[in-house]
Amino acid sequence: MTRLLRLLDPEGNPTEPVRWSRDRLVQLYRWMVLGRVLDLQAVALQRQGWLGAYAPFAGQEAAVVGTAAALSPQDWIFPTYRDILAGVLHGVPLARYLLLFRGHPMGNRVPDGVNVFPVQISIAAHIPHAVGAAWAAAYRGDGTVVMVYFGDGATSKGDFHEALNFAGVFRCPVVFVCVNNGWAISVPRSRQTASETLAQKAQAYGFPGVLVDGMDILATYEAAQAAVARARAGGGPTLLEAVCYRFGPHTTADDPSRYRSEEEVESWKALDPLARLRRYLFGHQGWTEEEEAGVWEQARSEVARAVEEAEAHPAADPAWMFDHSYAVPPESVRDQRRTFLEDG
Amino acid sequence: MPTRTMVEALNEALRQAMEEDRTVVILGEDVGRYGGVFRVTEGLLDRFGPARVIDTPLAESAIVGVALGMAASGLRPVAEIQFAGFLYSAFDQLAAQAARLRARSGGRFGAPLVVRAPYGGGVRAPEFHSDSVEALLCHTPGLKVVIPSGPVDAKGLLLASIDDPDPVVFLEPMPLYRTLREEVPEDPYRQPLGRARLIRAGRDVTVVCWGAAVLLALRAAEALAPEGVEAEVLDLCTLNPLDVETLLASVRRTTRLVVVHEAPRSGGFGAEIAALAAERALDSLTAPVVRVTGWDVPYPAPAIESYYLPSVRRVVKGIRTALEA
Repeated sequence: MTRLLRLLDPEGNPTEPVRWSRDRLVQLYRWMVLGRVLDLQAVALQRQGWLGAYAPFAGQEAAVVGTAAALSPQDWIFPTYRDILAGVLHGVPLARYLLLFRGHPMGNRVPDGVNVFPVQISIAAHIPHAVGAAWAAAYRGDGTVVMVYFGDGATSKGDFHEALNFAGVFRCPVVFVCVNNGWAISVPRSRQTASETLAQKAQAYGFPGVLVDGMDILATYEAAQAAVARARAGGGPTLLEAVCYRFGPHTTADDPSRYRSEEEVESWKALDPLARLRRYLFGHQGWTEEEEAGVWEQARSEVARAVEEAEAHPAADPAWMFDHSYAVPPESVRDQRRTFLEDG
Repeated sequence: MPTRTMVEALNEALRQAMEEDRTVVILGEDVGRYGGVFRVTEGLLDRFGPARVIDTPLAESAIVGVALGMAASGLRPVAEIQFAGFLYSAFDQLAAQAARLRARSGGRFGAPLVVRAPYGGGVRAPEFHSDSVEALLCHTPGLKVVIPSGPVDAKGLLLASIDDPDPVVFLEPMPLYRTLREEVPEDPYRQPLGRARLIRAGRDVTVVCWGAAVLLALRAAEALAPEGVEAEVLDLCTLNPLDVETLLASVRRTTRLVVVHEAPRSGGFGAEIAALAAERALDSLTAPVVRVTGWDVPYPAPAIESYYLPSVRRVVKGIRTALEA
């Protein structure tokens, strides 16, 4: 049986000496808090009609922050719609993702120089893309690593198998991060596979699978560091299974009371990744109430600024749908663009 | 000038593209050591090595999906899908991913990849090996669809497809792989996409075709010549983007239009051509448009496939119908 890597117990006590600096730990905490504030605010903005359907990620912050924080700027991230926090860590402006959930056509336009792929909606479809990017990185030989996120449901898809199998054969420099939040909309993890863990699937592809407590950021950070170093050194891929829980609904259009109990949700909320690191910081790093308040205040102002920025963003130009269809739109598309503009 | 089959011309195009540009890589099933099931990639592994000629696991979706990731990361992958009937397995990656990457990323990422696949019937291949899927691909905005019908245009069109900044599906008509030899220039010339080729001039009727149907149309035109019928044969070469001007100019000149394709009739690409003629050249037409196509049935077993496929006889009959209207 694959052992679950856990470095902080739910009370925030380390199971072994912590090897990261206080500054580094505080930075990880800041990112998780930023994610939580963003998530709460996004749900509220959806209720007000300011955002369209939104996919909350509260409960998954440690799984995403701990892994993305292990990357260098030259590395690439391939996120899903629930991993936008990884994109934010890697340089995508918060406002950009707010535009995405507002339905703006430039919401998936990642700024030049930021190595993040557009958010993927089709489950598992981006995993082969990450493997291709990893192949290209290995071909360039510049030590770039690719990290790709997906959920437990994605492991049932053909593209998961095809991509991991491919990466295993060619030892591509890629880290597969399975954010196992227990539910694919209404279908529990137990209905996705009869395998005891998702991490163990890596064994069949010939590379390591690591099972981590996805609500323990020290564990996700530690495991991701090792996986990234391994990929960068030419050691090939790793599958990380970060076991966590989606506190909220699948999307703002979902009603989770139809498929899971309040007791189950509460039992997982007791393992809240933010609370766990906070307890550690207070108990072992001399964290103060003032610092705690400051982190939340900073996150709130950052999110508020992003909301203002998204609000002020120019409205979508409908003609963009023609402009980005091809590098050089063919005559038929140019004709239709003209017709559209004349017709209004 | 050397004479070459289409297989040899394609091989030369790939070799020259890889010599010119070290970002060009090939991936697919059996493309390396084996040189491809039709030998299109023969000798390339030895010349360019396993980092550029990749024998992949047997996984069509990953072949196209991995190619997309490579393409978005600065490489120019040429993926081979062993037979077009196996493209269905890769259709999600092609239609939902590669075709719309540029649009969904707001122009940040393109997918300059080529997917080559042998296609079409008439070689008594097993089930799923003979499908004509061009209409599905043409109805997927973001893709380009290229179909050569001879060695010279196969080489020039493949080199142009590899240069193209957007995903190109390059369908190679199986029956023409080795049946024709042409004098193929040795230099790495490009034949621009989106241009139809007038391969036989005539004033009585326009026969529009692509792929293996081009040969049928030519033979039908030859068969009718002794009767004084002058059939013009137009090989589209690229279905998307379509050379609408050349098509309509020919129809306006001859006033009659016959479309020939192997794919099923309903919703086939011939319907698009007929619609264009109706929208933009109706006043020139002196006869209803005639379609000579496969039937609206799943591609049949090899023993009866010749009854499914358009034949010279059926094309001759179609031309007569247009002329007699």
